[in-house]
Amino acid sequence: MSKINFLKPDRANLNTFLYLGSFLFFISFLDVFFNSFFNLNLTGFLPNFLSFVLPLVLGFIGLYFIRIEYSGIKRLDLLNKHINTNNFNAVLSLLIIFIIIKSIPPILSWFVVDASFAGDSKDVCTGTGACWTYIKVWMRRFMYGMYPNAEQWRINLSFIALVLLGSLGYFATDKFKKYLTLYYVVIYPFIAFLFIFFFISGGPVFFDFSYGIIAAILSIIIGFFIPGRFKFYYFLIVPLALYIILKYFLFFEEYIELGKLDGLNWVETGAWGGLSLTFIISFFCLIFCFPIGMAFALGRRSGFPLIRYISVGFIEFWRGVPLITVLFMSAVMFPMFLPEDFFIDKLVRAIIAISLFEAAYVAEVIRGGLQALPRGQYEAAKSLGMGYWKMHIFVILPQALKLVIPGIANTFLALVKDTPLIFVVGLLEIVGMLNLAKTNPEWLGFAMEGYVFAAIIFWIICYAMSKYSYNLEQKYKTDR
Amino acid sequence: MNLKLKDIVPQLITVIAVVLIFGFFTYNAQINMENRGIDFGYGFLSQESSFDVQFSLIEYDGSHSYFRAYLVGLLNTILVSVIGIIIATILGVIVGVARLSPNYLINKFAAFYVEFFRNIPLLLQIFFWYFAALRALPLPQDAEAIFGVFFLTIKGLYVPAFIWQNFSIFFYSIVAAVIAIIVIRIYAKKVQENQGKQIPVFFISIGLIFILPLLSFLIGGVKLSFEVPVLKQLATTSFIYEGGVSLPPELIALTLSLSLYTATFIAECVRAGIQGVGKGQKEAAASIGLTPNQVLKLVIMPQALRIIIPPTTNQYLNLTKNSSLAAAIAYPDLVLVFAGTALMQTGKAIEIVSITMFTYLTLSISISILMNWYNKRIAIQEK
Repeated sequence: MSKINFLKPDRANLNTFLYLGSFLFFISFLDVFFNSFFNLNLTGFLPNFLSFVLPLVLGFIGLYFIRIEYSGIKRLDLLNKHINTNNFNAVLSLLIIFIIIKSIPPILSWFVVDASFAGDSKDVCTGTGACWTYIKVWMRRFMYGMYPNAEQWRINLSFIALVLLGSLGYFATDKFKKYLTLYYVVIYPFIAFLFIFFFISGGPVFFDFSYGIIAAILSIIIGFFIPGRFKFYYFLIVPLALYIILKYFLFFEEYIELGKLDGLNWVETGAWGGLSLTFIISFFCLIFCFPIGMAFALGRRSGFPLIRYISVGFIEFWRGVPLITVLFMSAVMFPMFLPEDFFIDKLVRAIIAISLFEAAYVAEVIRGGLQALPRGQYEAAKSLGMGYWKMHIFVILPQALKLVIPGIANTFLALVKDTPLIFVVGLLEIVGMLNLAKTNPEWLGFAMEGYVFAAIIFWIICYAMSKYSYNLEQKYKTDR
Repeated sequence: MNLKLKDIVPQLITVIAVVLIFGFFTYNAQINMENRGIDFGYGFLSQESSFDVQFSLIEYDGSHSYFRAYLVGLLNTILVSVIGIIIATILGVIVGVARLSPNYLINKFAAFYVEFFRNIPLLLQIFFWYFAALRALPLPQDAEAIFGVFFLTIKGLYVPAFIWQNFSIFFYSIVAAVIAIIVIRIYAKKVQENQGKQIPVFFISIGLIFILPLLSFLIGGVKLSFEVPVLKQLATTSFIYEGGVSLPPELIALTLSLSLYTATFIAECVRAGIQGVGKGQKEAAASIGLTPNQVLKLVIMPQALRIIIPPTTNQYLNLTKNSSLAAAIAYPDLVLVFAGTALMQTGKAIEIVSITMFTYLTLSISISILMNWYNKRIAIQEK
């Protein structure tokens, strides 16, 4: 056997180094493992500091020994390439491994082992772990806010119905595919609006809801007989017109009075809250901010200087101020600007404020898409004799919007993350409800559980959305 | 004049609509204010404010004016933004570079950090740090000293205060060092352009920035001493630290969450920037004989910075605007002090909200102008 130089691991003594290195690495791993899981200090006989850094030193020497290039062993090469390229990387890798091992037991014990799940009062939460009983007891409040328990099926039903209606696009046959854009841009938001505003809100306006459904269905049926070139204008005008006719001309006061009797209970918007309010606000703001943003994006690229300046001013103003001041404005300043007997619900005011705010961001995203389109598209459309609106609706916007879908998704993500700010106007969605529950004298001291719970929910929603937008981005990247 | 009707009409309609909307609002506002007996005006700014602010950078109490209260809020906002931007940039650059590391563990660790903090609403993070994490800290009497001088307690972080003698001389020495570095940089560039020689500017700069202030200590009579916070008993169970500088827990929670949150976005900008520099650039630079350090300094960084800076500027702006969330945890920033307390006291909704918005607008626009200027300076000069 040849002489071994321990300062220079080489291929000739591969086995020696491999066994020695793995052994040292294993010992260091074992030390940390026992220390963390069984609270045993294997190196307790050493001085404090030495016992603290010993696993790191041992692991480092171990990794140094097994760092042999082109060893011929596939796994070793892979390991070296990924976590053990040089001394610096080896130390960092060791530190990360140790941190992970160290942090598993406390996290596990807090989340699961020492946590309490059973029961429905504070008394069961005696352990050192989390008190998930608190979440269980307050679950309805976190999900629905102060919405009456007996009426919560309305929220569930509306959300299920909206999800089902929204997923229609996946099941559409080729024959109906061409109507999908129309469906999602005009009809679906309309139905959703009626559902949320009249069904969840309930009360005397319940009948309005049925007018809306009737109007939507009627207009779709008639829509099949309208020649293609008028279809856009038709769906722009007719559903709304039908709704107004139904509401104000066909049905009389008696009917509405009749509707009040066996209608749904009215739940004022101040009682709405929890996660469902987050969804409602996000949804409304999305459908409102999109057309407004589109209008200002077109305005900013318009050839008319005055329109352009107004659009630039609008966009830069909203982008320059924080959302919280905008909500402040909607809460304290906006009522001053309206006639005295004119009252707008604070939820509606918040939705208007957030929509205007997000519209400025959407406008910038859409402008990016418009600028990315080659000039040829504009020129081709013009040479076919199309006017401004025809050119934008049929040629430019479909392409530009397809380009900016990921950007819109990101804006929407920011919007969802901004909804907790509505605490400024006194509306309590899930984070607000948490703060309320935290101050309840019977449930003091469980702030951590509540925030972790909300963080998990938001994380799942946002992560799913960001992955989806990333996928869309990849999809459309290859398309062009 | 070659004005066509078709060009004028849409503009005219828009302008009239805008004017009508604004006119409608102003008209209503006037009537409403008349009915409630409020008069419009900014005169209240010089009146006595008669409320206290718990944390302020300048001297302030209830006898000062509302304008002074506004300044207190503004300075607090700027303080949080500046600290947040510095920490977020450092953290963001480290994480962004770590995400490109060939080391699998580091790479995944950085990715985990980014995905974790980016997808949780900022307000929730602020609440978490303030109401859950920082509340778990020890009381002042139980706190253990970190390095013997820092005390992290439930009432905030206590750090030693610097006590300077002849501070102005120290300050001038730093200014002199900065000027000297700029002069040397210009000179070095000239030398390199004319003779092709490279002067080690970096080491000279580091030397200067240390040596000149050191000289001011040795020769200029500058003296620095520390005032370490000392525990003091107020009552049997009430303790407080005296001396030193105390940072309130609101400030800590806010800077912590702001910088952790924004760092994830900056990390993504940095990663995109470095990835955006073509592989061929590195190979070309290496093939003409530049050392790895020179490749990074002279070829990759200048190009990467050009991609990194515009989105990072946006993140700085976002951080500044997000610092207004301070109002949620009662950190006395502009929104809380001015749009909160002052508004409640005076009832001047329109004036105060408009001043607040205008201030944020100014802050945003000035940061973006500064960054645009810098961006233009480092942009490629296309011929």
